Amino acid sequence: MAAPFVVSAARRMILASSGMKFNQMVTVTQIRSKWDNVEMGPPDAILGVTEAYKKDANPKKINLGVGAYRDDNGKPFVLPSVKQAEKILFDAHLDHEYAPIGGTPEYCKAVAELAFGDGNNVVKNGLNATVQGISGTGSLRIGLAFLSKWYQPSKVVYIPSPSWGNHTPLIKHSGLEVKQYRYYDPKTCGFDFKGALADIGNIPDSSIILLHACAHNPTGVDPKPEEWKELSAVIKKKNLFPYFDMAYQGFASGDVDKDAFAVRLFLTEGHTIALAQSFAKNMGLYGERAGAFTVVCSSEEETKRVMSQLKILIRPMYSNPPVHGARIVHTILSRPDLKKIWLGDVKLMADRIITMRTKIVENLKKEGSSLNWQHITDQIGMFCFTGLKPDQVERLTKEFSIFLTKDGRISVAGVTSGNVGYLANAIHQVTK
Amino acid sequence: MAAISWFKDVEAAAPIEVFALTAAFNEDTHEKKVNLGVGAYRTEESKPWVLPVVSKVELQLANDKTLNHEYCPVAGIPTLRSAAAKLLLGDNNAAIKESRVDAVQAVGGTGAVRIGMDFLHSRLGYDTIYVSKPTWGNHKGIAKSLLYKNIEEYRYWNNEKKSLDFENLLEDLRNAPEKSVILLQAEGHTPTGTDPTHDQWKKIAAVIKEKRLFPFFDCAYQGFSSGDLDKDAWSVRYFVEQGFELLAAQSFSKNFGLYNERVGQLLFVVQKSEYLPKVRSQFEIIVRETWSNPPAHGGRIVSTVLNSPELYKEWKETVKTMADRILLMRQLLFEKLKAQGTPGTWDHIVQQTGMFSYTGLSATQSEHLINNYHIYLLRDGRINMCGVTTKNVDYVAAAIHDAVTNVKA
Repeated sequence: MAAPFVVSAARRMILASSGMKFNQMVTVTQIRSKWDNVEMGPPDAILGVTEAYKKDANPKKINLGVGAYRDDNGKPFVLPSVKQAEKILFDAHLDHEYAPIGGTPEYCKAVAELAFGDGNNVVKNGLNATVQGISGTGSLRIGLAFLSKWYQPSKVVYIPSPSWGNHTPLIKHSGLEVKQYRYYDPKTCGFDFKGALADIGNIPDSSIILLHACAHNPTGVDPKPEEWKELSAVIKKKNLFPYFDMAYQGFASGDVDKDAFAVRLFLTEGHTIALAQSFAKNMGLYGERAGAFTVVCSSEEETKRVMSQLKILIRPMYSNPPVHGARIVHTILSRPDLKKIWLGDVKLMADRIITMRTKIVENLKKEGSSLNWQHITDQIGMFCFTGLKPDQVERLTKEFSIFLTKDGRISVAGVTSGNVGYLANAIHQVTK
Repeated sequence: MAAISWFKDVEAAAPIEVFALTAAFNEDTHEKKVNLGVGAYRTEESKPWVLPVVSKVELQLANDKTLNHEYCPVAGIPTLRSAAAKLLLGDNNAAIKESRVDAVQAVGGTGAVRIGMDFLHSRLGYDTIYVSKPTWGNHKGIAKSLLYKNIEEYRYWNNEKKSLDFENLLEDLRNAPEKSVILLQAEGHTPTGTDPTHDQWKKIAAVIKEKRLFPFFDCAYQGFSSGDLDKDAWSVRYFVEQGFELLAAQSFSKNFGLYNERVGQLLFVVQKSEYLPKVRSQFEIIVRETWSNPPAHGGRIVSTVLNSPELYKEWKETVKTMADRILLMRQLLFEKLKAQGTPGTWDHIVQQTGMFSYTGLSATQSEHLINNYHIYLLRDGRINMCGVTTKNVDYVAAAIHDAVTNVKA
């Protein structure tokens, strides 16, 4: 069997210069590769951090690029409530038959209740069109596909500046346009409230606006409750469509109701909202891909129509969702005793993060830093925008083997009581 | 409150047939109801079956204290990808040895088809795709959602002869424009259960090569057709041997019974190993923009089995068990129909392979079975042979007899 004949670029040039047409040289038994023009995709910036960390031999190295919770020993954490739920599920010996396209109704109801509050009117009146999604990403993607197809007034999604790195590609992949509204103020390392209000006030009527419900990624900067109220008012005035991304409910403050404040406020204020939920962080179910997408509808009848269309969108993507993670979520949320344990687990994680933030600032003070580090404790959730400049970040990495992204973002989950002293010292060294 | 809903013009979509069928079946309280709809294996007791080897591994995983729920890599579990590639192409496959093969884990077979079609359209610029006529109900929908400009069909099923419409198939491929994607079902064709012979595959390959078409294999039933994993992979292996570059979507829903854990992968074979990292990186971007990274649980189960000689052996035998039961049911149904003297020829029931049989029943005849006999099947006459058991085969045969005799096609 002859090996397939490949006409290299060099050979083509030679052929061309000799006056022979390339096509004449290629017979029907030869197959040209179709992948010649496939370019190398750009490396993922965040993964790159972890790769570099792995290669470093310094025993004091710290990985502050990780987007997953770590315990005080720097280890992944399987929640006790999750372990219990898994035991219950294992003993139940459930089968592996296809789930419904939109996930099980029990799962969808439970996650909507969690988001909107026990006994909320939306779920009670059947106004939530909720489907299971492939964690946060998949849920966002389904929602974007839905809006792209069915939301007539606008094909533009406004996201905060900055936002999670994957928002833009997801939005574009679904055929919508991306624009931004001011959000983070690098001068204060806090919320640019005035800028946000001004920009949002200028968004064309009825556009889609993406909002991080809590624990903004990557900055950790959240609006205060009063600020949310004002945002709600201007969003209402402009008739914008709020699409909430809630990836950290419970993980931000340690309280699931507090963290859902913005979502629930908007409901009270009469907005029609969409919501993407993730259970990757707050239940530590990262790889099991448990999430949900919800559209709040104006009637039960509308909910049915919207549900039918969501299924039409899911079917050609992956047909029906993976159940393992969703079964764990449902088991936890539907058993009061387990739910209580989970609420404790998620508070434990949030508290450790909050404690680490406090310790970073304390240690910086101890080091003698005269700079204002209040933003570190003002910010909330897994991530923290330190305010460090790229050259300072480079020094942290090169001189201290501390790995973080160029924008100065750190994952507080990577900080432990064992390394916080070293970290504070390093930060002080590059900023003094 | 918002005055007018944004969604007042959202139309009610027709329910997706195969899932609606299962829903209707579940609600039906008739004692003799039979579900011949969705493609899921059933035991002799008409029950879903968790493969013993899967239970074994689930126990193992449950007791493994070192496991957690961290993210899989975007491309999926490495040990799964390599083992599943070997499963499809063979342990000693030359292309694998030459580092010209890689794969990306996907959310079930559907997810694999999805990212494969996405790549071909968005990265290679292909906008014409051919599927068999008929084909699996979701193939066209996936291409449509990815905005392929031309979704065409190549003739496949000859309804009169109840066999492969081979000459017309070749003609349609010959008329396909260069760079058309040709979606081929590797084994156990859905819905017809009719596969090309080796000789026919060779001729198909020759036309695809000559016309510079792109072969994309959908492999959802490896092991289910003949009961032999290698036999069922013959078509893909032949193409690779012939030097084709191709994509193959693999599903572990059926042959592992892991339907709801969504285990699959998209395999790609390229001409030069240097293309592999580039191609994979593009797939990773597509994955990132669709579901970020694949579900871990199901992938772990399959990876554990495929990478353990003992478990692999047990699994192989299990797949044969399932395939054998189907073959037996085909034989039984065929014999019943013959014994009844049901009009028409029914050889196709035993000649077809895999999970499905294209009975040849018309839409009205199929509806007759649903409404009068509580036997649930797709309106195109497709039945899932797994839904047939020794306990219900008489009932099913009698119903078919009634439909064919008394209901106009």
